Amino acid sequence: MSDKKWPETWQEVNPGCMVMRPGSASEYHTGSWRAKRPFWDKVKCIKCGLCYIYCPEGCITEDADGFFEANLDYCKGCGICAKECWTGAIAMANEEG
Amino acid sequence: MGKRVGIEVAIAAAEAAALCRFDMAAVYPITPQSHVAEHLSDIVNDGRVDATFMTVESEHSALSAVIGAAGTGARVVTATSSQGLLYMSEVMPIASGMRLPIVMIVANRAVSSPINIWNDHSDIMPMRDTGWITFFSDNGQEAVDMVIQAYKVAENREVLLPVNIMMDGFQLTHMVEPLIMPDQEEVDRFLPPIVPYATLHPDKPVSMGTLAMPEIFSEAQKAKDVALVKSIRVIKEVWKEWEAQFGRKYEPVQTYRTEDADVALVTMGSMGETAEVAVDALRREGVKAGLIKIKLWRPFPFADLKNAVKGIRVLAVTDRAVSFGGPGGPVCSEIRSALYDEPARPAIVNYIIGLGGRDVQVEDFIAMVKKAAGGKLSEPYEFYGVRG
Repeated sequence: MSDKKWPETWQEVNPGCMVMRPGSASEYHTGSWRAKRPFWDKVKCIKCGLCYIYCPEGCITEDADGFFEANLDYCKGCGICAKECWTGAIAMANEEG
Repeated sequence: MGKRVGIEVAIAAAEAAALCRFDMAAVYPITPQSHVAEHLSDIVNDGRVDATFMTVESEHSALSAVIGAAGTGARVVTATSSQGLLYMSEVMPIASGMRLPIVMIVANRAVSSPINIWNDHSDIMPMRDTGWITFFSDNGQEAVDMVIQAYKVAENREVLLPVNIMMDGFQLTHMVEPLIMPDQEEVDRFLPPIVPYATLHPDKPVSMGTLAMPEIFSEAQKAKDVALVKSIRVIKEVWKEWEAQFGRKYEPVQTYRTEDADVALVTMGSMGETAEVAVDALRREGVKAGLIKIKLWRPFPFADLKNAVKGIRVLAVTDRAVSFGGPGGPVCSEIRSALYDEPARPAIVNYIIGLGGRDVQVEDFIAMVKKAAGGKLSEPYEFYGVRG
């Protein structure tokens, strides 16, 4: 079952839909929900990390230079980072298509 | 061998859980269940079982807490009644959906409004579709026996479902009955220690209560339904083992003098014993009366019921709850549905009786049988004895 996204048949469902290995939630890429994507303006960014703290998905990380970026596999495009960024360094732009 | 004792049934039910060596109890007191909560607390406080008694602020928390404890592999017990059961209703399908072997003692009581603390079955009926195995006890002995049987059924690997035991409020809970309390050695022989299917332990991480997307939710529900339907095989097997060891027989549908019966009453719970006396009285008058007692409400014992009604002309089904604006009482609509496809089936009449502690006596059951003999009442379901 571990190599499948989900069980094919009801007979393959574990009792209680239990998942018998850790970390399976990370296999579900919530980034597919996203309608808008955050962009960081490195001129305005003061590396305060508020975006990292507020991100409800926990998908914003700090890079080697101290700037922040979102993991687009999981970023749902909620825009909380842009709303909370007090220097206005994050802009939300529509996804293409 | 067990010992015959005079004991209050609510206390005896708590003692039965202690004989099963529960690891954890979380109970919120509510009349008429409170003596179960108090006595479980006493048992833990006195160190008679090696267990935790968790004090909680509500029934919602009580059931949630035992779900958590059951997830770690503990043998758990909870109990409730009436509004408390309704307050648990959000958590009921979670317990069964997570396939956790929880045992709950329900002291059946009417639900508000108007407020009423006395006995009927309007608390359990809304829980019908939550996926729990549901036993109905007729008397204190059955309540005690069913608590012990429930663990063996719930923990069976083919079942892994929560079980609740119905015990009529006051009529049973507050009655001091002479009953046989099994002794510890006997219960240990019947019920081995719990071997959980999975446990919440950091050494071997698992996820319980997971998200299921539309692509898998139907399969998960089907798997749960199949587990509940198939559990009847294990229930019957456990009841046979019980009978072999303790000598008391349990069947999903129990018949009393139905062999040549013309009209048969159908009951669930403590009123079955009053109905037995009525059947005896009717038989003395030459009326071919019989009685069918349903002990297993979920999974519903369709085959056993069909077998039990063979040759009966009229079934007088009694219900102790109302399905407002519905087809009759919940037990009756279940039985009508169960027999619909049978080529030969009895006429069915439905009496709503014993609501909110209204007494139903032997003479009432006699009158119900006589009135039912015509095979039809003037209404689809009759509130028996209601004034006006």
